[in-house]
Amino acid sequence: MANTYTLIGSPIVVGSGGASSLVFSSIPNTFTDILIKISARTSVSSNQDNLNITFNGSTSGYTEKTILGTGSAANSYGGSNPYIGWDYCAGANATANTFNNLELYIPNYAGSNYKSISMDSVEETNATAAYSNLTAGLWSNTAAITSVTFTPNSGANLVQYTTAYLYGISNS
Amino acid sequence: MAKVIEINCETGETIERDQTAEEIAAQEQAAQEAADRKAAEDKAVADLVAKQEAIATKLGITLDELKVLLANN
Repeated sequence: MANTYTLIGSPIVVGSGGASSLVFSSIPNTFTDILIKISARTSVSSNQDNLNITFNGSTSGYTEKTILGTGSAANSYGGSNPYIGWDYCAGANATANTFNNLELYIPNYAGSNYKSISMDSVEETNATAAYSNLTAGLWSNTAAITSVTFTPNSGANLVQYTTAYLYGISNS
Repeated sequence: MAKVIEINCETGETIERDQTAEEIAAQEQAAQEAADRKAAEDKAVADLVAKQEAIATKLGITLDELKVLLANN
């Protein structure tokens, strides 16, 4: 059971110019687990954007399964992509000034086994359809995770005031 | 193009840099795959609706009536 949370590095706060990607690099291997909290919105002309999450710059070995609630129905989907996908980041057509929120938990990120991940997210938009989802994923790679990258799938930019925090969690 | 914002977790340094060629290529690949996947999903939905419409026509009922028959199955 984790009993310490330590903010690693500095929080990322996107400035007025936006950002094409966010990267936590040179993550130390001194913790048991890591947790990333991100509040994000992109400039894509849609209610939602997908945020691609990759480890160590790798574009292979990712699988995931998601259960999705729309506000009126639920379904699930999954598959394999060159990334772990957060499919419900806010886009430019979401309620103004709202940001969707994600927690990404990676246990034993520095170990030599394949890396399991879990994610949960909610959409802040004030609309009939507002999505929340839970994702279980796997990166089939034995390397320690030393960097995590978030990139909008659409090619749009992450907008100002998008924030991300990386925490290290120790079990002792 | 907007910059990549990178936090070096060892030093705490914030780096704003251009995307590397590899990052640009990976993003373009991901965007293309997402577009292909969306097109495939849209086609699957359209194909299913077309099949349902064909069945409804054979049965002499509307598509909405067919959906009622299929509800909870």
